[in-house]
Amino acid sequence: MLVALVLVLLLAFAASLALGSRWLGPGALWHALTANNGSDPDVIIRGLRFPRTVVAVLIGLCLGIAGTLMQGHTRNALAEPGIFGVSSGAAFAVVLGLQLGLVDTVSSTVWVALLGALIATFAVQHLASRGSGASPVGLALTGAAVAALLGALTTAIVLLDANTLDSYRFWAVGSVAGRGLDVAGQVLPFAALGLVLAAVNARDLDLLALGDDVAAGLGLSIRRARLVGLGAIGLLTAAGVAACGPIGFLGLLSGHVARRMFGARNTWLIPAAGVIGATCLVLADLVGRLVGGAGEVQAGVVLGVVGAPLFVLVVRRRAVAL
Amino acid sequence: MRSRTVVLSILFAALAIVIALVSLSVGTARLPLTDVVEVLLGGGRRGTRLVVLELRLPRIATGLLVGIAFAVSGALLQTLSRNALASPDIVGVNSGASAGAVAVIVLAGTGGGNISGFAAKVGIPAAAVLGGLLATLIVGALSIQRGVVDAGKVVLIGVGIAAAANSLVAWMLVIGDVNDAGRAAAWLAGSLNSRAWSDAIPVLIAVVLLLPVAMMFNRDLSALVLGDDVASSLGVRVAGIRLALLVIATVLAAMATAGAGPIAFVALVAPQVAQRLTRMERPPLVTTATLGALFVVLADFVARNGLQWAQVGPYELPVGVVTAACGAPYLLHLIGRQQKGR
Repeated sequence: MLVALVLVLLLAFAASLALGSRWLGPGALWHALTANNGSDPDVIIRGLRFPRTVVAVLIGLCLGIAGTLMQGHTRNALAEPGIFGVSSGAAFAVVLGLQLGLVDTVSSTVWVALLGALIATFAVQHLASRGSGASPVGLALTGAAVAALLGALTTAIVLLDANTLDSYRFWAVGSVAGRGLDVAGQVLPFAALGLVLAAVNARDLDLLALGDDVAAGLGLSIRRARLVGLGAIGLLTAAGVAACGPIGFLGLLSGHVARRMFGARNTWLIPAAGVIGATCLVLADLVGRLVGGAGEVQAGVVLGVVGAPLFVLVVRRRAVAL
Repeated sequence: MRSRTVVLSILFAALAIVIALVSLSVGTARLPLTDVVEVLLGGGRRGTRLVVLELRLPRIATGLLVGIAFAVSGALLQTLSRNALASPDIVGVNSGASAGAVAVIVLAGTGGGNISGFAAKVGIPAAAVLGGLLATLIVGALSIQRGVVDAGKVVLIGVGIAAAANSLVAWMLVIGDVNDAGRAAAWLAGSLNSRAWSDAIPVLIAVVLLLPVAMMFNRDLSALVLGDDVASSLGVRVAGIRLALLVIATVLAAMATAGAGPIAFVALVAPQVAQRLTRMERPPLVTTATLGALFVVLADFVARNGLQWAQVGPYELPVGVVTAACGAPYLLHLIGRQQKGR
């Protein structure tokens, strides 16, 4: 089934190259792939559509896996970097870094976003699990509270500096438009490390799902497994947010679709969620390009509008606890 | 009303007025308090009158009024849903209202022909109320299952709808003109900067019309706290009253959002604190209203002068930053208590 998912992703990839404000057929695609003599279609495909599609695949992979890992670790079907304040943490750190002049390039943005994402991940998890452990409602609300606080502070900083606002508003909406291969290259090390940690963590998660006591009895170091998981979530979210801005609901969407197809085994679930996340982001970007007419609707907005009904569906089904 | 409730209401109102007066006297031009009082009583020099009546008073009046409107809205929603967390800023009313208002701010200039001046002033409150009502309608309709509203689900679904509305807002900020986006962003933080009488008056009308109506339902609200079954056996027409109060709460929050932006956490915190201090089983409306007004003028006073005191520079923060900085920890504290109570 994973093979079928990859095929769907490849189809989405091809569609993303062919469709847009101007339709370019298979012939043009082949031409751009093989000849590339600088004709208009070649430039559009190689210079514009290919880079953003690659970025969408990479970031979709990261965010899909980050969300699914969060759902596993918190045993909470609503876990999602966008909802849980992790993206807000990364966003706040980036804006603070911009304002203080600490960051200017994308690669330094990643470090700052990483730090913000990690701190927010730990903070939300810690704050929500006081008392009798984190309930789904408690975790969602803690995330909302942290996101509201960080959002207000972010706005305050942005408003002090008109120049930051203009770049911030394009970044805050969540989009892959105009992101080149250089951006993908700069976040790649962080994404790769995150993916490795996620792969290591997948089997531990299967054990953790049996309950902490059983997992410890089977010889798993709970503390280490949690730390590796949090590290993976932080790295993957940071790479995503640094490259494309805060894109919400992608982790939620991928996690749930993957769970329906592959059940609860994380060793299958996590790679599947990554492929689904990549496909969703490529498609969201494509839809945004097609419905936008002269302009375009950013992928983050498309996912917000599509993701919210899904979120509501999950809540209504009483499926909030995994 | 019990004496404790009365005393606290009077205390909060008095404090709000004192801070409002101090706030009227402090600013780039510092005025003696006696001059401010003189102006308010109808006297004073022309320059002083201009500063106080035209520049500072509209802003502070807007602050007092939106504080009342947000707080009462939160008190009503929390009582109706029997959930301390069901305030308009959590369950999507403010986000819906923001989407409506930002649509007017951004689209009026570019997309929808040149609406400006009077039309924009009327359009923002109207669009905010529409957006807020629409969000309430969606959240309400989706959280009813088998005829029952689940309080926990209202909150979660509200969070989801708020996220969707916020992504629409982010999109409108992108498609708009830079200057419109700047105006909208400043407004979205929850700000009282450069408010005029035309901002205060719609909120004033909403508060003057709707607060008395809400207070007429005081007895029914106390019954609803006991549960729908008990309330209906006490002769309360539960469904009708619930709907009426829901509409009142939504319109109050939406009008306040139109006036000053979605100032965070006022609607959540004021009713909760008022309930704790009065030791009632639900947020008392008048005490909540006065506390909301106090909270907003105090936060605005800090927002206006905080950065100068801290020697950062001559900037003003949006009031919503201050309320968020105080409100978010309080929300986290509330969640922690709920978790432990389980």
